[in-house]
Amino acid sequence: MMGAMSHIEPGKQVAQPAIEISHLQKAFGSKVVLSDFNLTINNGETVVVMGRSGIGKTILIKCIIGLIKPDGGQMFVFGKDISKLDHRELDELRMRVGFVFQSSALYDSMTVRENLEFPLRRDRRKKITENIDDLVREALRNVGLENAIDLMPSELSGGMRKRIGIARGLILKPEIVLYDEPTTGLDPITSEEITQLILSLQQKYKTTSIIITHDVDLAREAANRIVFLAKGVAYTQGTYDELVHSDDPEIKHFFKR
Amino acid sequence: MASIPKIKTVFSKSLDDFFYGIAELAQFSVNVFREGIRPPYEFKEVLNQCYEIGIKSFVLVGVTAFILGLVLVMQSRPTMIEFGAGSYLPAMSSISIVREIGPLVTALICAGKIGSGISAELGSMKVTEQIDAMEVSGTNPFKYLVATRILATTLMIPVLTVYADFISLIGAFTGSNIKDDVNVHFYFNRVFEALHYTDVIPSFTKTFFFGFTIGLVGCTKGYNSKKGTEGVGKAANISVVVSMVGVIIIDMVVTQITSMLGYL
Ligand SMILES: Nc1ncnc2c1ncn2[C@@H]1O[C@H](COP(=O)(O)OP(=O)(O)OP(=O)(O)O)[C@@H](O)[C@H]1O
Ligand SMILES: [Mg+2]
Repeated sequence: MMGAMSHIEPGKQVAQPAIEISHLQKAFGSKVVLSDFNLTINNGETVVVMGRSGIGKTILIKCIIGLIKPDGGQMFVFGKDISKLDHRELDELRMRVGFVFQSSALYDSMTVRENLEFPLRRDRRKKITENIDDLVREALRNVGLENAIDLMPSELSGGMRKRIGIARGLILKPEIVLYDEPTTGLDPITSEEITQLILSLQQKYKTTSIIITHDVDLAREAANRIVFLAKGVAYTQGTYDELVHSDDPEIKHFFKR
Repeated sequence: MASIPKIKTVFSKSLDDFFYGIAELAQFSVNVFREGIRPPYEFKEVLNQCYEIGIKSFVLVGVTAFILGLVLVMQSRPTMIEFGAGSYLPAMSSISIVREIGPLVTALICAGKIGSGISAELGSMKVTEQIDAMEVSGTNPFKYLVATRILATTLMIPVLTVYADFISLIGAFTGSNIKDDVNVHFYFNRVFEALHYTDVIPSFTKTFFFGFTIGLVGCTKGYNSKKGTEGVGKAANISVVVSMVGVIIIDMVVTQITSMLGYL
């Protein structure tokens, strides 16, 4: 916890946290996924969430963005209690938060260009003054896939889909980005490329991020802090170095290579 | 011995499913109305969907309607002539086409083609998180995906029905011309003479309900489909069955009502 703080410039410490989750609960029928989850994420911080498959990591970040209604607890994003927002306010908040889906979730009836245009066209905060085409091209340049612009998602490889998913998640230049397993299922070289991509975009846009991953390299390079999700709670947290030397068998397995 | 309790459980289970299905549709349509009437409206997407529906069913509806009109006349002609009613052939065909064949065939074809398409599309968008992705882009999927599709089917089934009626009458005319030599003017004069507004209004009105049913069922089944490819296939399948039965029930109810009002 303290290790994480040192990464933040002194001026920013006084600001309110970007995300504050307290006593979050979620169950499906009798299956309890999150029982009492607490986490505070400061502005500009990158938190990596690790945990076993099916433990509730995706559920956690879907709660943050209001895609899933929790059974209990409170969540503040930019200081706003998201359960108290009306439709309009929630939509506005969502445009300030980028979400990169585990499955990429590209619209398969649209081309890559239309996929990236979609969030821009749906953005009701401002009249579109900037040229949509320029923004789309910039986003594609960021992920190194400029020549895929007119392809359909079915024509992309898994790694390309992940990158387009990242490009779409970041196209509105969100202040917070939630990445759901951005490197899972990719070869080591592509994983490393996506790790570098995330880091460079982080630098460029100064975002606050939550990254869900099993990828130890990504965690080491990107995380200010790692939160280990188990048994429905934030089981342990600390910096990479702290967790890597942990004696807890649950955690040891994760960092064993 | 053992089979009687089994029949009982099967029966009560399908009864459960039936009421669950009705409740699901009712709940869904309440949501659609609640979300759909609030601005901003998605006019562009409605037009898009109307276009899609029109394009997808144009040929199929046309060909089927033509053949049915043709066959209707060819089948009934010998009997009508035997009873000395050959000259009523245009009137008979126009009434059966406009009252029943046009609306019903269009609706059944669209239930198969459009309804299953909608539910497969929404189902796969749901299971691949595309609907979630729309939601995080500040787009209400009930407005953008569901309300637009339901509105589009409600508007387009009537349009397609008028088109089907027309093509079917041409089919009927062609049918009468195979054995006889009938003048176009004469034929269509007889056709329109036979039609009264009491034929046209109820049969046109019911097509809006057909369209609404097809859209509502397709969207509900797709949107609520279970995870996985199997769930999507099942949703598409069930949506066809339910909307076809729905269309036929509505047809029956409308016929009852028009008959009670003395229009039949
Ligand atoms: N709609 C749902 N209905 C019932 N149970 C669900 C639903 N969604 C998720 N679950 C359950 O919640 C648990 C947590 O799911 P979640 O998707 O958050 O896992 P995860 O930690 O992201 O796993 P992975 O690393 O495999 O993606 C799982 O056990 C899953 O079975
Ligand atoms: Mg997950």
